[in-house]
Amino acid sequence: MYAQVVKSEGSKTRDEMTPEELAFQDRIDRGEKIEPKEWMPEGYRKTLIRQIGQHAHSEIVGQLPEGNWITRAPTLERKAILLAKVQDEAGHGLYLYSAAETLGVSRDELMELLHAGKMKYSSIFNYPTLTWADMGAVGWLVDGAAIMNQVPLQRTSYGPYSRAMIRICKEESFHQRQGYAIMMKMAQGTPAQKRMAQDALNRLWYPSLMMFGPSDKDSVHSAQSMAWKIKMNTNDELRQKFVDQTVPQAEYLGLTVPDPDLKWNEEKGGYDFSEPDWSEFYDVLAGNGPCNKDRLGARVKAWEDGAWFRDALVVHAEKAAARRAVAAE
Amino acid sequence: MPSLPDMNTPEVAELARMQGAHAHPPVPAPDAGEQALFECLLRIGDSTLVLGHRVSEWCGHSPALEEDIALANVALDLIGQTQNWLALAAEVEGQDRSADDLAYLRDAWDFRNLLLVERPNGDFGHTLMRQFLFDAWHHEFLKGAAASTDPRVAEIAAKAAKEVAYHLERTSDLIVRLGDGTAESHRRMAAAVEALWSYTGEMFLADAKDAEIAARGILPDPASLREPWLATVGAVFAEATLALPDSAFAHKGGKQGIHTEHLGYILAEMQFLQRAYPGASW
Repeated sequence: MYAQVVKSEGSKTRDEMTPEELAFQDRIDRGEKIEPKEWMPEGYRKTLIRQIGQHAHSEIVGQLPEGNWITRAPTLERKAILLAKVQDEAGHGLYLYSAAETLGVSRDELMELLHAGKMKYSSIFNYPTLTWADMGAVGWLVDGAAIMNQVPLQRTSYGPYSRAMIRICKEESFHQRQGYAIMMKMAQGTPAQKRMAQDALNRLWYPSLMMFGPSDKDSVHSAQSMAWKIKMNTNDELRQKFVDQTVPQAEYLGLTVPDPDLKWNEEKGGYDFSEPDWSEFYDVLAGNGPCNKDRLGARVKAWEDGAWFRDALVVHAEKAAARRAVAAE
Repeated sequence: MPSLPDMNTPEVAELARMQGAHAHPPVPAPDAGEQALFECLLRIGDSTLVLGHRVSEWCGHSPALEEDIALANVALDLIGQTQNWLALAAEVEGQDRSADDLAYLRDAWDFRNLLLVERPNGDFGHTLMRQFLFDAWHHEFLKGAAASTDPRVAEIAAKAAKEVAYHLERTSDLIVRLGDGTAESHRRMAAAVEALWSYTGEMFLADAKDAEIAARGILPDPASLREPWLATVGAVFAEATLALPDSAFAHKGGKQGIHTEHLGYILAEMQFLQRAYPGASW
């Protein structure tokens, strides 16, 4: 998932729930899937729209940092792989906007909210991709962190979202392997390539940890989303899991995780690690990341420059329908 | 203007002689027939490479999500075809170069792509028009090449023809919709025809190398593709309410390595890593 700080609606105790809400919660507790036409609390619907929309936006904005290197990919094969990957991301965007549409919000409406800055996308895509090693590190760390979130979401309570996640997870795990393969090549390459690999890890490590969102142990929103099975694990659980999985992978590459306090903790069976700089995270969310303006600007420009194209398709379809109607008379 | 000093002193002549004596022995040139085939394979392989590059510049910036997906798909097909054509070119050349060496380590004057494909993207209508004019030619070219007397060529062409049939179907459909859409879309598409038409003639001009390869039945005769191409373009333009230009002027030179100014920038970007870090493996 690429959703961070998704505000959840509601959070009622069983005593406060209406009979409908109680029946709904019972269905979720039994592990049933909620389907589009079925009754659902307004808060559930709104929270899901926010979360799925944020995820969809992340996929399409996420095309940009990787698209940045397609024209400079170092071999024809790497270029083809990167193109296929970025194409997959656009496809994920499409599934997710479709899932959101089943909740009564159109893709255009969601796009407008994104362009107006009223909906977010993952903070990670506001960081630049500066060397070819970033194509490896994005696949390895960013897709790796996304998978950590998305695998449990395959069991989320909302049917269309769950099914989209199942498809997306298959492709994302392939992306992560591709990213790691680039990192291996770089880490075993020339001194310059190794330097690029270490530099990519240095720059992307903490932003990747931020992808899970701030600690949510006290968050009411998280509790409600977890009760609805829109969110399956806490941010801290997933972050810990990500660190535990990633540190040995970095060691295998011969790279150093940029955290002097990183240490295996036998007692908890996981690593102790430093928190990212959360003030930086909130700065990025507020629009002050290194690429916020470029990323959103590129999306707005694509949308505005393409208006004539979309309008023309609509007008042509109307003309064609009118001609068919005349022909049928 | 001051006269320039005479540089042809005896010392200079001697230096040149010594230089020549220490140069590497020349690599035996492939025979003329293989040389012509090599050149003709570069003409198609470089064209798909450069067009794939141009199309991929749109990634994440197109007018609709479906278009982002379709463009990435087209670019991916073109890059895949490039891998096949340039690998065969390298094999024919027999100088121990790979497809990547050809793509990443030649300068513009050694590229043999059509000028049409290196034209800048312009607006989305311009990009689609360039693609359509190319697709309509590419489709005919591959149909001919799929019947090649060289089974290696026939195999690559047959696979590519399936992909390009889809490219042509897609661009034909969009040209009709945009030509016969709004007044603005019509104006943009007509402007694209105007801007690009003079780059289409090169596709049908044969030089001695084309003629030789066509005579051997390896690739179709460029001139033979013009009529079916014009039939496709004419039919689509008619439905799109776009006028077929009557100008026969053709810019040419790409197939012989004389390009527009744009190719140098494309290569500077494409080849950056291979040039900046020579010998690295990626």
